[in-house]
Amino acid sequence: MTYFLCMIIFAVGLYAVVAKRNMIKIIIGIMVMEYALNMLFVLFGYRQGGRSPILERFQEIKNIVDPLPQALILTAIVIGLATTALMVALAVRIYEKYGTFDITKIRKLRG
Amino acid sequence: MTDMNYTMIPLFVALPLTVSFLIMLLGNRVRWISDILCTLCTFVLCLLSFYAIGVVNGHAPLIYKVGGWFPPVGICLVLDSLSCFMLVIVNSITLIVTIYSINYMERYTAKNKFYALFLLMLAGMNGVIVTGDMFNLFVFLEIGSIASYGLVAFGTEEEELEASFKYMIMGSIAGLFILLGIGLLYSYTSTLNMADMAQVVSEKSGSKLIGFVSVLFLVGFGLKGALFPFHWWLPDAHPSAPAPISAMLSGLLIKALGVYALIRVFFSVLDATSLLPVLMVLGTMSMVIGVFLAVGQWDFKRLLAYHSISQVGYIMLGIGLGTPLGIMGGLFHLFNHSMFKSLLFLNSGAVDYATGTRNLKELGGLRERMPISASTSMVASMSIAGLPPFNGFWSKLIIIIACVNAGRPVYAAWAVLASIMTLASFMKVQKYVFFGELKEKFKAIREVPFAMQFSMVLLALICFLGGLLLVPAVSGDFLQSAVDVITNGKEYAKIVFQSLR
Repeated sequence: MTYFLCMIIFAVGLYAVVAKRNMIKIIIGIMVMEYALNMLFVLFGYRQGGRSPILERFQEIKNIVDPLPQALILTAIVIGLATTALMVALAVRIYEKYGTFDITKIRKLRG
Repeated sequence: MTDMNYTMIPLFVALPLTVSFLIMLLGNRVRWISDILCTLCTFVLCLLSFYAIGVVNGHAPLIYKVGGWFPPVGICLVLDSLSCFMLVIVNSITLIVTIYSINYMERYTAKNKFYALFLLMLAGMNGVIVTGDMFNLFVFLEIGSIASYGLVAFGTEEEELEASFKYMIMGSIAGLFILLGIGLLYSYTSTLNMADMAQVVSEKSGSKLIGFVSVLFLVGFGLKGALFPFHWWLPDAHPSAPAPISAMLSGLLIKALGVYALIRVFFSVLDATSLLPVLMVLGTMSMVIGVFLAVGQWDFKRLLAYHSISQVGYIMLGIGLGTPLGIMGGLFHLFNHSMFKSLLFLNSGAVDYATGTRNLKELGGLRERMPISASTSMVASMSIAGLPPFNGFWSKLIIIIACVNAGRPVYAAWAVLASIMTLASFMKVQKYVFFGELKEKFKAIREVPFAMQFSMVLLALICFLGGLLLVPAVSGDFLQSAVDVITNGKEYAKIVFQSLR
């Protein structure tokens, strides 16, 4: 069930990217997609009633959460940070040049 | 010594990363050092990639276990014949482009930043090529892409920023689709190692999830590689970058990040042969639509960018046929296209450098003043149009023969049509830029500096002699063993696990 929720959030982000005209909203759309994926990854590793995967002596471990997706998500978050920072920087530079965030008015390239 | 050969694999990633760091550190203090460091680094990588041919071809693939962890637990880097083939293409063109940009990039400020981003992009591409781990593939893909977004916006004028923003949105969406595919595959196979994944997928056959994941990868890598319905960012992004970067983007980046990654995932990991007809249809459509859009262009670099879409279509058509001959044609065309498209972009850069314009209508008669650029661009134009004896002819011929052999003459007819249109549009380029009357304001222009001439001549020679790769006596099994890796895609897991011991 929660998997579908993640997919819906992903689709909402995709809708924002495709349909919105404001550059900032498009960037937010991409971030929403990213977060949906991050949540999905963590869900893949989740076990009902699982505990953190720390190995201790004299303790039998039965039900642990898969730690690998969490590690992957850390990497994905860092990559997302880099992309978002660069996107926002570009948006600011474009605003300086064109004086607008509306992508329908930023059309010097054609053909 | 032979046992230590695998230690060279991480160098393909580590060396450019280190040098890029050093350039940012030292570049501002000592003049010339960034030129020297960057050229030296790409030269060493080029030599290493040529050395790798002899080590890998005809032998088992080399495997480097990062941190000493045995796969499937740890990340591994795998160097097989197909990776080797791509590494040779990527690193040799990078060397040539670096030599070219020593002079060309004098026009821009912040040359150090250019070199640093350039090497980051190279590290990303090499990483995608050598990696044997799905998530690692995604990480390197993003390293290469982020560096390329920065490079497209390098001029920081209105057009460049706009193109870079578009490119970046599309690239991020592509990356997210690929990440979603990787996540679903991980939940399905509980492993990230490509070889292990391939094994699990083949054991658990008959799931609908694999079909869904293949489509996600097709969209993601198709966006990165500018396949037909996802092509429209390319004609904005590639011409906006400085000329050496256009050459890198069109010649290498869309192939390493798009085509190679798609081939690797589809053939080696997922064994998704049922999607090959889709590849063929998309390839043919991008081939035809790209070339039709290209004919009407008046901007030199924009015209070349549309041709990139068309030529990637040829590669995809060849790969999508799935027969050994078709795959061979596709890979050979990949090699050739990197050579002549890089050369054409370098030519356009040379014209821009000398005259300051890329508009075909304003140019003319440059043949008298720039003989080297004119003759090398003639070679490249004839190669891309597929005239014998240049390399483009042979690969297109193989693709067309493979289409006919596979019983699909309609695709062959489209390929011939696209080839004729290509010839027409490059006759237009030659006529308007290099032939005809020399305009009054261009009477005083001079040929470009030596380093730029040198790299253009080198690429023209490769275009001229590229057809010899088909002759086994000259190239050994350089091309053939790369083809074998794809046709034996199912064996990938077995081969990798065997050579681990």
